Amino acid sequence: MYRAIAANKRNTVFIILFFLVIIGLIGWLASFLFNSWAILIVVMIVAIGYALIQYFAASGQAVMASGAVEIQKADNPRLWNTVENLSIATGTPMPKVYIINDPAPNAFATGRDPQHAVVAATTGLLDIMDDAELEGVMAHELGHVRNYDIRVSMIVFGLTVAVGLIADILLRMSMFGALAGGNNRNNNNNGGGGNPILLIVGIVALVLAPLMAALVQMAVSRQREYLADATSAMTTRNPDELASALAKLEQYGRPMRRQNSSMAHLWIANPLKPSMMSRLFSTHPPIDERIARLKKIGSSF
Amino acid sequence: MEWLIPVVIIVVILAIIGIYFWATYNSLVTLNVRVDEAWSDITVQLKRRADLIPNLIETVKGYAAHEKGVFEEVTKARAETLSASGPAEASVAENHIQSALKSIFAVAEAYPQLQASQNFLRLQSDLVDTEDKIQAARRFYNGGVREFNTKIKVFPNNIFAKRLGFTQRDFFEVADASAIAEPPRVQF
Repeated sequence: MYRAIAANKRNTVFIILFFLVIIGLIGWLASFLFNSWAILIVVMIVAIGYALIQYFAASGQAVMASGAVEIQKADNPRLWNTVENLSIATGTPMPKVYIINDPAPNAFATGRDPQHAVVAATTGLLDIMDDAELEGVMAHELGHVRNYDIRVSMIVFGLTVAVGLIADILLRMSMFGALAGGNNRNNNNNGGGGNPILLIVGIVALVLAPLMAALVQMAVSRQREYLADATSAMTTRNPDELASALAKLEQYGRPMRRQNSSMAHLWIANPLKPSMMSRLFSTHPPIDERIARLKKIGSSF
Repeated sequence: MEWLIPVVIIVVILAIIGIYFWATYNSLVTLNVRVDEAWSDITVQLKRRADLIPNLIETVKGYAAHEKGVFEEVTKARAETLSASGPAEASVAENHIQSALKSIFAVAEAYPQLQASQNFLRLQSDLVDTEDKIQAARRFYNGGVREFNTKIKVFPNNIFAKRLGFTQRDFFEVADASAIAEPPRVQF
């Protein structure tokens, strides 16, 4: 497990580098199209600044977007004790505990590191799970905390948004530039913006970049769900309970009242309505697959 | 120049050994500290349980004053868990207190009024909660000990670990597994 965490920390660096390269490429394309290196520099600064703000503020945002309320031990001793015992058993600092008033069973974890973590569960989850299943689900969430998934997904989330934002701005600029600035630009172009093929390639790339970023986000998130399931099984030594909790999530699962696609990857079960593209763009692996993997872990204990 | 090649090879080998030694030593120190921390977490929970027990005895005494033997047993076992100096002694004390607690709850079953008292019910649920936390802390501690003991026993670490003062740590074991499987349960 410790090796998985180390790998995760390493992956974080790769993911950030990958996104920086994408953002850099977008910026470079844009500066090529508009003949101004200032754009590249501005884009990079905006992206890094945005990522930093995300790093420190995102957990608050996620909590607010979900409408979660922080609880103390007396408010819900059952959830509190489950989380507290799990954090003792894994040696993680006690995270803040939140409850979301929503009949859809679900839970999420967020925060930038185990010292600033947040775990949340919906009232629907507390209603349908028995104690052991609740423990399995919360161990999954604490698994995200311990594996530093919360940090990775937060950064990926921030960078995905940043890529989309920048691509959008540049796309609008290029359309505007092509219509209005076409004539007086031609004089000082050194074969960059003047080349129509390059222009088209550039625009296509700008359209594709956010899509690619989103795809990476989803793929990363799916891998992490499997890892958190495994961590939960390791912690509770009881993969069957998490498997039965997941089966319940599948059975009773329904879209959340407050939907927000940008934080979909934070939850234990997909909070969105299912759609055609759900497989490719899903932040979560299919539940059958997760249960099958848990059963395999169960037989290896 | 020919003498240079063997020298370079020897220097490289020594460097690799040195780096390995350095990394292993540091990870052993880290693990050792983690085990110490985990142990102090356990003692915090043990202390918490010990603080509940005098209250429990007083409450039960109010209804069943004549069951002196049980009270003495619990008081003795409680003192034993507090004075235990390490995991090995604490394991023994733990077995004693588990069976003592079992007998005090067995006594309580004979007194319906006691079982209905708010004070008793609260103490009982506090005890269950603390027992769960002791178990959780025990799991974390034993996990750390297992990792540490494995690390100092594998080759080549076993050659130098002992000389550097790293000795095996004791597990915090509770032999009476049934006491763990059935901590005092609240009945409403």
